[in-house]
Amino acid sequence: MTNDILSISGVGKRFGGLRALDDVNLNVRQGSVHAIIGPNGAGKSTLLNCLVGRIIPDEGSVTFDGGSLLGHSPHQINQAGIARVFQTPEIFGELSVMENVMIPAFARKDGAFRINAWARARERRAVREEAEHILDDLNLWEQRDQIVNSMSRGDKRRLELAMCLVQHPKLLLLDEPTAGMSRADTNNTVDLLKKIAERGITKVIIEHDMHVVFSLAETVSVMAQGTVIAEGTPEQIKASDKVQEAYLGGAHL
Amino acid sequence: MSESVLTSEKGIGRSPAERHRPKGDGMRGFMSSSRSDYVILAIFALAVLTMPVWLAPIGAGYPDILQKFAIFGIFALGFNILFGFSGYLSFGHAAFLGTGSYAAVWMFKLLSMNALIAVVFAIVVAGIFALLIGYVSLRRSGIYFSILTLAFAQMSYNLAYSVLTPITNGETGLQTSRSDPRILDTMMGADPHILRTPDFFGIALQGWPGFYFCAILLILAFFVTMRIKNSTFGLMLFAIKSNQNRMNYTGFSTRPYLLAAFVISGMYAGLAGGLLAVTDPLAGADRMQWTASGEVVLMTILGGVGTLLGPVIGAAVMKYLEQIFSSFNEGFLHRSFDFLPTGLQDFVVTIVSPFVGEGWHLTLGLLFMIVVIFLPGGIMEGIAHLTRRFRKGETGGSGQTARTGH
Ligand SMILES: Nc1ncnc2c1ncn2[C@@H]1O[C@H](COP(=O)(O)OP(=O)(O)OP(=O)(O)O)[C@@H](O)[C@H]1O
Ligand SMILES: [Mg+2]
Repeated sequence: MTNDILSISGVGKRFGGLRALDDVNLNVRQGSVHAIIGPNGAGKSTLLNCLVGRIIPDEGSVTFDGGSLLGHSPHQINQAGIARVFQTPEIFGELSVMENVMIPAFARKDGAFRINAWARARERRAVREEAEHILDDLNLWEQRDQIVNSMSRGDKRRLELAMCLVQHPKLLLLDEPTAGMSRADTNNTVDLLKKIAERGITKVIIEHDMHVVFSLAETVSVMAQGTVIAEGTPEQIKASDKVQEAYLGGAHL
Repeated sequence: MSESVLTSEKGIGRSPAERHRPKGDGMRGFMSSSRSDYVILAIFALAVLTMPVWLAPIGAGYPDILQKFAIFGIFALGFNILFGFSGYLSFGHAAFLGTGSYAAVWMFKLLSMNALIAVVFAIVVAGIFALLIGYVSLRRSGIYFSILTLAFAQMSYNLAYSVLTPITNGETGLQTSRSDPRILDTMMGADPHILRTPDFFGIALQGWPGFYFCAILLILAFFVTMRIKNSTFGLMLFAIKSNQNRMNYTGFSTRPYLLAAFVISGMYAGLAGGLLAVTDPLAGADRMQWTASGEVVLMTILGGVGTLLGPVIGAAVMKYLEQIFSSFNEGFLHRSFDFLPTGLQDFVVTIVSPFVGEGWHLTLGLLFMIVVIFLPGGIMEGIAHLTRRFRKGETGGSGQTARTGH
């Protein structure tokens, strides 16, 4: 298919004796929302790790936007247009909310490395305005001067999402973006993600919350024991016996 | 340019800042203007230049010690750019201090006694040296990085005593002599056979002029550090310190940033080393020893890691205490405690004497322990505590920037 922004084929990864990923094949259509579900330890996060350069797969290929991702370092992959929200927030805990969002905006404006040791960071207008808009959109404006470490878990997740969105990525990877959020926050996040979808950012989302999955995703892939066992529309997945078995038969759920 | 990610229903062209901010500057602290930078700089400059006056009452109002404050202040300022801003602890910065001294003395020998030339050369040579050492050491992080820098510094120290004696003059140390060519000075008509002290376009840098020369460079170094801290580059360093992983996944190649910080801080050390040679044109390898590297770590921690002013204060406090405690001897102690009965006096002197004179490092160790245990943020944290106590009830939020506030 020509309009796949991301194609994963035959990807495998071992950790010692454990086959964390085993011949994973997955295609993500440009502009779509693609959910990956599956029991704990299925290899979902490991798959994302392969996409962002944290882990190099033992075999297989990963193609993004026409080029291979393998062999590139995390910062190159990000510069190519992939941003990721981690399962446990990766944010700058000692810095303020505003700074946390300005930093990724700088990466987009200035590239991977540029020394600008004289002008004040906060006076880079284009970057600051970009950050301000995102904070506003994600209801973080009131907290912009707060030190991130002192925020609640839900707010930290929202912040990490803001840090990714400010980069206008082509592909956004979300690893359980609503974990640890209250019901209300979860609903807000879902609304927010729906809105971003309108802007054409392709998203791959790992989620345990089926309500979130079924209200967002156009395509759902089910992973179990390191491989994709089913793929289809939310309706097809709901009706699939195989999926029921993976969940009900799995040790974890 | 900066349009919202979402289809904005909130009015086009107005930034959130404009929409939310009622009146005046609601973004206190965050938006602290560059004007406040200049106020800080002016106060700092004034304080440094008037040190001879306000430090006289504690017995530090003479040029020798004050220029040490300034020189080691510069050393610590630069060290803090690496350690305080980016979190990479180098245990080998004395190598750059020593390199700076050698480079400066070589300029005194070859070109001119003009301190400016010597100092510029010291900065350049130390910078190049830092580029080499930093390039290799930054292949690792954390403790391995520290060990690598330590190893490089000890290698430099040993090389200065062995292979490199033609450059360093080994144990004797490198100094100026009557037979030096001093090409520029000779061209300007000076008699190279008369040994002069380093000067700044005719002003001999001895005594007070020596101090003011160092003091002005300290103020300059402080200003540059302040700019770096508030710059985009500075923000990146703080971000690396906070979460280097996130920096990588955010699209930054972090190593060049770290290398730049390493080189800059090496250049500060080179400047400090050059100034040591200006105030006393002699360079020895002991300046590169690991104890000297450790000293700048202590100064920075004592003053406050990552703060702007802390390292300068830490350097001054340490040099002051060194001066005081190392000058005490038993005779002085007996005189100090002669109000006590003889037996008790001897006892007290026996207890105290290991901590003074040669043994002043014991005092330093104690002081360091006390600071690290009770004031992990160093003297600056102590000052912040005090000002907060004074201001209690005045305002809720602290006006400090995010990074100094912990
Ligand atoms: N770096 C690693 N080293 C060794 N084993 C790992 C590593 N990363 C993951 N694993 C193992 O690989 C398997 C898959 O882990 P992964 O984190 O991908 O699961 P997951 O599907 O994201 O589960 P969860 O829903 O709990 O987040 C697990 O058994 C895990 O212990
Ligand atoms: Mg996971």
